[in-house]
Amino acid sequence: MAISTTASRATIAAVGGADSFDRRNADWYVDKAVQVLVFVCGISAIIFVLGIFVFVTKEGIGFVFQHLDFKEFFLTPYWFPSDADDPEYGILALMAGTASVTGLAMLVAIPFSLGAAIYIAEFATGKTREALKVLVELLAAIPSVVWGFIGLVIMNPLIIKWFDVPVGLCVLNAGIILGLMAAPIMTSIAEDALKAVPDRYREAAEAMGATRWQVTYKVVLPAAKNGLLGGVLLGVGRGFGETMAVLMATGHAVNIPDSIFDSVRALTATIAAELGETVVGGEHYQVLFTIGILLFLVTFIVNLSADLIVRGIRKG
Amino acid sequence: MVSQSTIERPAGVADAKTGRTEPRIKLAVKDLSIRYGKVVALHGVNLEIHEHEIFGIIGPANAGKTSFLKAINRMDVFTPGMRVSGDIDFNGRDTRRLNNVYALRSRIGVVFPLPVGLPMTVYDNVALSPRLRGIKSKAELDVIVQRCLTRAALWDEVKDRLNALGSLLSGGQQQRLTIARALSQEPDLLMLDEFSIAVDPVTTMRIEDVLKELRQEVTIILVTNLVQQARRLADRTAFFLDSECVEIGVTEDLFTGEVKDQRTRDYVEGRFG
Repeated sequence: MAISTTASRATIAAVGGADSFDRRNADWYVDKAVQVLVFVCGISAIIFVLGIFVFVTKEGIGFVFQHLDFKEFFLTPYWFPSDADDPEYGILALMAGTASVTGLAMLVAIPFSLGAAIYIAEFATGKTREALKVLVELLAAIPSVVWGFIGLVIMNPLIIKWFDVPVGLCVLNAGIILGLMAAPIMTSIAEDALKAVPDRYREAAEAMGATRWQVTYKVVLPAAKNGLLGGVLLGVGRGFGETMAVLMATGHAVNIPDSIFDSVRALTATIAAELGETVVGGEHYQVLFTIGILLFLVTFIVNLSADLIVRGIRKG
Repeated sequence: MVSQSTIERPAGVADAKTGRTEPRIKLAVKDLSIRYGKVVALHGVNLEIHEHEIFGIIGPANAGKTSFLKAINRMDVFTPGMRVSGDIDFNGRDTRRLNNVYALRSRIGVVFPLPVGLPMTVYDNVALSPRLRGIKSKAELDVIVQRCLTRAALWDEVKDRLNALGSLLSGGQQQRLTIARALSQEPDLLMLDEFSIAVDPVTTMRIEDVLKELRQEVTIILVTNLVQQARRLADRTAFFLDSECVEIGVTEDLFTGEVKDQRTRDYVEGRFG
């Protein structure tokens, strides 16, 4: 029976084969339609990014070409945009604020998230692992305003009490808050990178008598290093672009910090706080968009390098 | 280059005088070259594969064997950088110029070197292709699944766990599952690429027996790095070396030293290096 079915099919193909390979049936058209649809969805991401970039650039570029004094803009810490007679636009202090908070946040987040990822991927088993993964995802979903609130009402009095300083809204506060915020995402990415290391590597090393930690340290971490680095860079990008929590926890004072107990102000928080007060199209408005261009470029570069690094691991 | 006229014993082929309508040539390859970017994987291959024969392809690694198979079922469409030139006629139809490459592929079964049990049940693995063809009736599918698994010598081992995940079977079982899945396409042509690489010798022998029976129904291209496997199974065999087809001939001739190229003799006798 089987033989006859196959033979008849073969005969049909022999006689009518030329047609059947040219006939575009329903499946073929569905395939084409889906291809077009997903192409449009995919390409729209590019269009949105380009659109945002064009808009931000359009609003800010006028200032860059007409009034921007690069030396004053990047190298002076004097930010007096509302001065009616002689406004000053120096973002050095704002950059120092963003850099110090992001830097401290990474000091908190990197060891924390790496440790968590190693525990989840290499040491935890069964239900513990599953529960932790869900919890980490949940942490990543907490809105930044909630983190800012924690900085404002919990961290602030604690810092004042423990360190005996007048104000608890400072680099330390914002750095810890931002670090805790970035850690879940970095944990998630780092865990993916560790998971991507094939089990046969672990088995081969374990078979030689290596301990769990030796396997992790000598075999798994080196194999996953690109993915881990990519995760860290994404965390940096996250910290750099974060606005609300930083606005609430830094103290929002234009200031180049001498210590981690100084209040600072971040680039992003400046835009968020001041844009509503400006005249649309005015000089202050344009300067804020110039800061926007700067932020856009930096996050773009950080994310792009993170992406290229993570991509590297898949090829190698 | 070996021309077709040198083949003395075409197996199982009827000529036009007998009145049979099936074409005796299942696959005709003319001046086939394959490149990946600037790297030449295969150059100037001419050969014909007859209906209902097992056609063996032997040769060392990087000889172009797998690329040859990929060109036949038009995998070059999805392989970036792969460029194919020349003609491949399947049932007399030029496969380089067709509108519906999926229709072509649905007629050609492929078994890859490492078994690929799709992440679905054993039953669904085998029922996938019939379902893609539009068969919905449970009774009909049951018949097809049982028939294909039986012919792939796997039925007795899995009949009680058809709902187990196909990817959880052992390596040898997965490879027979892959063959069952290929058979469920009711293919015109079955291409096996070093199928025994991850399979134990006993299972290999069972699959080889299956292939001998299948010869009655389908044409088989068997790429193998085991020259003795080609000798056991293939009616005719081609020897690929360094991106070229060095020799085509009746398998037994290759092993008894009736070869045109000294390199073929060296290879089959294991004196290669």
